[in-house]
Amino acid sequence: MQNAGSLLEVSNVTKTFGSLVAVNDVSLSVMPGELRAVIGPNGAGKTTFFNLISGFFPPSQGRIVFDGNDVTTLPAYRRVQTGMARTFQITEIFPELSALENIRIAAEVAAGFRLRPWINRQEAAALKRREEEVLDLVGLTGKADRLVGELAHGDQRAAEIAMALALQPKLLLLDEPTAGMGDQETYEITSLIRRLHRNSRYTIVLIEHDMRVVFHLADRMTVLDQGRLLAEGTPQEIASNDAVQAAYLGKAI
Amino acid sequence: MTGEGARQQLLKLALIWLVLLALPIWMPLVGGYLALGTRVLVLGLAAMSLNFLLGFTGVLSFGHAAYFGLGAYGTGLALKLLTNSTPLALVLGALLGGMAGALLGALIVRRRGVYFAMVTIAFGQVFYFIAFRWNSLTGGDDGLRGFSRQPLNFGFGSADILNNATYFYLFVLAIFALAVTAMGFLLRSPFGHTLLAIRENERRARFLGIPVERHIWLAFTISCFFVSLAGSLNALLNNFADPTMLNYTQSGEIVIMVVLGGMRSFWGPLLGAAVFVVLQDYLSSLTTNWMSFLGAIFVLMVLFFPRGVLGMNFIEMIRSARLRLRAPGLSR
Repeated sequence: MQNAGSLLEVSNVTKTFGSLVAVNDVSLSVMPGELRAVIGPNGAGKTTFFNLISGFFPPSQGRIVFDGNDVTTLPAYRRVQTGMARTFQITEIFPELSALENIRIAAEVAAGFRLRPWINRQEAAALKRREEEVLDLVGLTGKADRLVGELAHGDQRAAEIAMALALQPKLLLLDEPTAGMGDQETYEITSLIRRLHRNSRYTIVLIEHDMRVVFHLADRMTVLDQGRLLAEGTPQEIASNDAVQAAYLGKAI
Repeated sequence: MTGEGARQQLLKLALIWLVLLALPIWMPLVGGYLALGTRVLVLGLAAMSLNFLLGFTGVLSFGHAAYFGLGAYGTGLALKLLTNSTPLALVLGALLGGMAGALLGALIVRRRGVYFAMVTIAFGQVFYFIAFRWNSLTGGDDGLRGFSRQPLNFGFGSADILNNATYFYLFVLAIFALAVTAMGFLLRSPFGHTLLAIRENERRARFLGIPVERHIWLAFTISCFFVSLAGSLNALLNNFADPTMLNYTQSGEIVIMVVLGGMRSFWGPLLGAAVFVVLQDYLSSLTTNWMSFLGAIFVLMVLFFPRGVLGMNFIEMIRSARLRLRAPGLSR
């Protein structure tokens, strides 16, 4: 079923690995400007579901429509070009390059310069503006020239989000943005995500383990359990849902 | 980059080119001969071309001798059968190797790591055996003879690069400069940045919207083109080409030069080639077992300077040596 005006429309996707059904007939519809959290116990298929959306591998069944285009079989790098950007549970960055260089590469690719042997002055200036804007947004301006591999974990995560932002995406996919972080870092990343959502109006889908984070941030939540869609609704609805309580929250809280 | 850093960079470049340009003057003074300098440039270009792929795209080819040799045979055959223009023969040789690289590259870019290296060796050996067996065209085991570099004709004058070693050195230096500048220019461009991205983290590169295989293919093709240009120059240098230039041992030597010099550095492989060529020249005048000594030196280098000669941070080394000297006192 197609929701009018939705940015991302995932319809009945299934992913099997041999006899294992990792994601089973899951649908999801995300409106522009929405912040959607995908939660579920370990092994619920959250990351697999994310990989299907971002094109890490194609679904075994089902359809994915993004921004009006069917992207079901599009390879990952082409999906990025349609306006999807993602981060990973284990931070994926260019460790031996500086924070600025990490972001610059993303900005250059987003500007369509990936095959260009040179850029002119105006183009360079526009890239520079974009880089500074993104650095400022994630709070890395003071660390722009440091090698990303040498930054603290929280800053590396911020740099990864900055690379995604430099792509000027229509949809931001964040896979457990606070994974492995202490309270202070979790707080900083959470407020960054809130700023991106509230102030910069990004549409965001995120996987999250930390329930405090999720209930604070999300407009709507999708709960997966054993590869299936268990429930969907506002944080209040999810908190009072009996099936969710049984499968997940009862254990977690 | 800060103003200070840019100034240092310029100074370094000026120094490198000055040393290379003045080589015909200082080489005899330190007891060398000019052809040795020419050889350093030729193999330095080969090593820097390989490093375009190895150091800046993160992909190890162990079959670059194939393209080095194809360039040499291409240029040799062109001079023998087609033309007496040296520059044209040079271009034809480089194009032959570059096109072979483009074709074979398309077949292997999906492989990674050891598998990529193995397949490059296998394809390389194919060319080795073709050169070895095809007697009527390549001269087989005896090598390709019967051609020599021809004097350059500029229209307003000419340069006898066949008999004047200095002219030939300067000719090689000019080609070297063109090739190296082109590679340096590419590496600083957005395209070059995508190669760094692939070296650093292939998954991240893919999820930034870079078609990784296509870019590796481009890097491989560019690298093969320039290594084959080096091979063409090598044929001109010796007025001769033989099958060992295509063999995987030759590939290994180019890899050694890159690692010796430092593969994270743009100029490192040139220094690696210089060390290799000079040591080879010196050691082989002392013993026929020169390869064992060169091997031992290589092992020591890799053990103690894993980032190569240019990767050494002398200040850091002195500091840590001092710390090590002081450390026992602290622990007692």
